[in-house]
Amino acid sequence: MEILNALALFANFVFVPATAYGAQLALGALGVTLIFGILRFANFSHGEMMSFGAMASILATWGMQEAGVSIAPFPTALLALPIGVAAAIGMALATDRMVFRFYRKQRSNPIVMAIVSVGVMFVLAGIIRLIIGPDDQSFADGERFIINARDSRAALGLDEGIAIKQTQVITLVVALAVMSALFWFLQKTRSGKAMRAYSDDEDLALLSGISPERVVAICWIIAAALAAIAGTLYGLDKTYKPFIFMQILLPIFAATILGGIGQPVGAILGAFIVAYSEVMVTYAFRKVLAYLGPEGWAPEGLVQLLSTDYKFAVSFIILVAVLLIRPTGIIRGKVI
Amino acid sequence: MKKMLAILLASAALTAPAAAQDDPVKVGMLQGFTGPTESLVRPMALGGEMAIQEVSDSGIFLGGRTVVSIRGDSTCIDAAAATAAADRLVTAEGVHGIVGATCSGASTAVLNNVARPNGMVMISPSATSPALSTIEDDGYFFRTAPSDARQGEIIGQILERRGIASAALTYTNNDYGKGLADAIQAAFEAKGGSITAVAAHEDGKADYSAEVGTLAAAGGEVLIVAGYLDQGGKGMIQAALDTGAFDTFILPDGMVGEALTDNFGGDINGSIGTNPGTDSPGAAMMAKLSEGKGFKGDDPYVPEAYDASAILLLAMQAANSTDPSVYKDKVFDVANAPGEQIFPGELKKALQILADGGEIDYVGGTALELIGPGESAGSFRETVIDGGQFTTVMYH
Repeated sequence: MEILNALALFANFVFVPATAYGAQLALGALGVTLIFGILRFANFSHGEMMSFGAMASILATWGMQEAGVSIAPFPTALLALPIGVAAAIGMALATDRMVFRFYRKQRSNPIVMAIVSVGVMFVLAGIIRLIIGPDDQSFADGERFIINARDSRAALGLDEGIAIKQTQVITLVVALAVMSALFWFLQKTRSGKAMRAYSDDEDLALLSGISPERVVAICWIIAAALAAIAGTLYGLDKTYKPFIFMQILLPIFAATILGGIGQPVGAILGAFIVAYSEVMVTYAFRKVLAYLGPEGWAPEGLVQLLSTDYKFAVSFIILVAVLLIRPTGIIRGKVI
Repeated sequence: MKKMLAILLASAALTAPAAAQDDPVKVGMLQGFTGPTESLVRPMALGGEMAIQEVSDSGIFLGGRTVVSIRGDSTCIDAAAATAAADRLVTAEGVHGIVGATCSGASTAVLNNVARPNGMVMISPSATSPALSTIEDDGYFFRTAPSDARQGEIIGQILERRGIASAALTYTNNDYGKGLADAIQAAFEAKGGSITAVAAHEDGKADYSAEVGTLAAAGGEVLIVAGYLDQGGKGMIQAALDTGAFDTFILPDGMVGEALTDNFGGDINGSIGTNPGTDSPGAAMMAKLSEGKGFKGDDPYVPEAYDASAILLLAMQAANSTDPSVYKDKVFDVANAPGEQIFPGELKKALQILADGGEIDYVGGTALELIGPGESAGSFRETVIDGGQFTTVMYH
């Protein structure tokens, strides 16, 4: 019985939140890795693209709430998501047309492109703050919990409950659906194959009659859609605040590099590893150990590896460790 | 330029000792007119000047002298600017007392660099840092706001009375949060309670489940959240409710507000809030006095500002002197019992009593009671959330 309590506690504070967080990171990391695979540069504006898509979703959600449109018990934001995706795609294509295309035509090296993307990031951040402001925005509606802590305690007959939020399940389901669709697209469709060919060898792809501008456009469309979905889900599950999308860039890049940059499977794997490490390293295991240990015993301290203040340090440590030990990341070989 | 400065200095030196018996008494209104507190300060300054005007209009202050307010900008975060402004008030303007500064840091700088060396009384309406309770002030520094340590004690008492033996504590990672958290922990542990864990939280993050996880692992009957209700404090409560870690919260002043109950409704029923508040009619009288004057008399720290000006001038009247080294000893006498109770708008009556050699007990807008090193004892309102609303339990 005590072991079950320990498991329930672990699930409530580590497994459930880390899984949802991992799915959100995975969607973000997929976008970064895709851009790297096709366009060959680290896109720092991806975090703000997530924010931009989420912002468009929020504005659409508010409009729908105003008009009385609702899909209760599901959050209205799901209905507004396509609008957010469309807005992010529009913005991505516009920045490509106005900024990135110029440097691509110059055949600028990846470092120049990465710095350019930092500039795009700042401009996007400014636009977002002009439109929606720097404050917290809440837009979640519908049923909050699938099962809350109190009910699950009663249902399981345990001292510890497992709370599962609806947004966590939605995050996971949407992320799985989007990932499967992406892999199907890359493996089975003509355009997907063209993208992989372009990524493999640009010149050979050109000789085979693949239009580079078309491949680049598709790549931006997919990356922007992933960003908008990731941003909206993150905002829905936690809270939307423009500032945090600058912070979330770090775990996303850590996940991308850990998985092997340019590797979609690696990005997903890396995202979950980063998410679980962040949560587990900063979790205090005192109570879990107390349940596992003998009756009436509890560890003296909190049994916590790192204070929660150092959450972001975990991503840094992973980044440095990967670059030192296995610079190619977990999955090696051909990108995409 | 050098010449002009010399002339200015000379004229300042000339005017200061030349202050004759019928010249107006000058009060320095040293507040943070610019910077982080600028929205708070406008009504505060007007409230403080309302008391000055009232005394000036009475015609019986120190045998019929008038009082004028001279403003100085202490900012809130720039100690050098605060010192320069105070220096100007004291040496160039020749004020007879200072109402200010607004923030604790600015008050400390002004006290150390200007007020103490020059022997000038300063009464801050809003500096709440516990550090100001123990600072060397030679008896020149007073405040009409309570120290944050006082709130810690109140919370300790409330927890003890309600039979809560253990609590987890989280605070917003800044001077206010840290000071308040230390005060709460010290007070609660002195009463035999145990703080199971202390975790800081940063404002402006999306997700606080890790912080809540740590606190939950340590356990505790309630969670004390010394933060801001529209910032990390809200996020901590949200995460604690979501994971079922805590369902009762202790909410110090930064967390008490309708935004909180609007957000969580009945989910946090049974949680306890404390914020400065009084059941004395002073605040309502302040609101009435300020009608038609372009500010609200019961806004935060406005009654405190009114009281600061009032006791400064009443102490001068009691001492029959504008010399800070003389009237500083009278501040306690006018603020505390025994004597006739004085409410806002009754300053003329108070001046008359003092002129006749009687005693007053200044109550003012904040039920003012000076304690220890010359700071307000502080009235706090204890509330409990019931049916998604803050309801008043009692006053401390």
